[in-house]
Amino acid sequence: MVFVTIGTQEPFDRFIKIVDDIAASLPDNEEVVAQICHGQYQPRHMKAVNRVSPDEFDNLMRCARLIVAHAGMGTILTAMQMNKPIVVFPRKASLGEHRNDHQTATAEMLMERGWAYVAQDAESLHTLMHNHTLAPKHTIGTQASPELAEYILSLIP
Amino acid sequence: MSSKQKDDRMPRILAVASLGGHRIQLLRITSAMAGRADVVYASTTVDARPDGVADDHYHVIADFSRRNPWLIIKAFAQAWRIVGRVRPDLVVTTGAAPGLMVLAAARLRGRRTLWIDSAANVQQMSLSGRIASRISSATLTQWPHLANKRVQYHGNVFNQK
Repeated sequence: MVFVTIGTQEPFDRFIKIVDDIAASLPDNEEVVAQICHGQYQPRHMKAVNRVSPDEFDNLMRCARLIVAHAGMGTILTAMQMNKPIVVFPRKASLGEHRNDHQTATAEMLMERGWAYVAQDAESLHTLMHNHTLAPKHTIGTQASPELAEYILSLIP
Repeated sequence: MSSKQKDDRMPRILAVASLGGHRIQLLRITSAMAGRADVVYASTTVDARPDGVADDHYHVIADFSRRNPWLIIKAFAQAWRIVGRVRPDLVVTTGAAPGLMVLAAARLRGRRTLWIDSAANVQQMSLSGRIASRISSATLTQWPHLANKRVQYHGNVFNQK
């Protein structure tokens, strides 16, 4: 199963349409579940849900062989913690997909560090989604750094 | 309360985040402090109460953004009440806008506050974070290259262990 997610804030129809077209071409009718956040475009080759609770989100992430997502930090952290391969497709402010281009900056950071697969267009996303041997690029633990925890506790009188 | 009881009391932290990445980062941070603080949470929906957190340790605050700015008044009233009820030693928030409301209410009620800007802000601090850095007791970025006079760096949520 492939889990497609675009976060809790706003739709991302350009991306959902691209993924829907790719979903139609996946071998063995592989299931694709997409969280579409009330987008206008209704997927024809994926099971669509508008929103999922945090628990449902974790379940879908756990069940998926591959995560395909906007470049949102919650999805990226969860994929790295669950040791799942993730492909991110950043939102563009110039297309009204977000209020600024921080997702492009996140995608660049992920590429520089080699922490995730990044797709900027339909062709590269198609290639990545058809690759059944994509391995997770980076794994993290379940907690923030001890340095951060110590600093927070040091603020308490 | 005797001074001994006071010393034994775990510090109380009010931890606030919107949904999605903000909430996931907050939970990574509070789990790094497990057993060392009494953490009360606030988020923007009933179903975002973290696993294992009791009802009396969870509060809901209205979400708002540029698309529904009128809810700012409701959110601030809720923030004011939550801070009054919890009486935290420290408010910690990873944003977004509702976290800023709780932070402002906490400052007006004389509480200490910490804004931790989301790791999603790689190139510049969020607008909320820049506002927070003017009023918060302390403000952090998760990227060393964004630290400055007002904003410090002390680690991030990407721990490998």
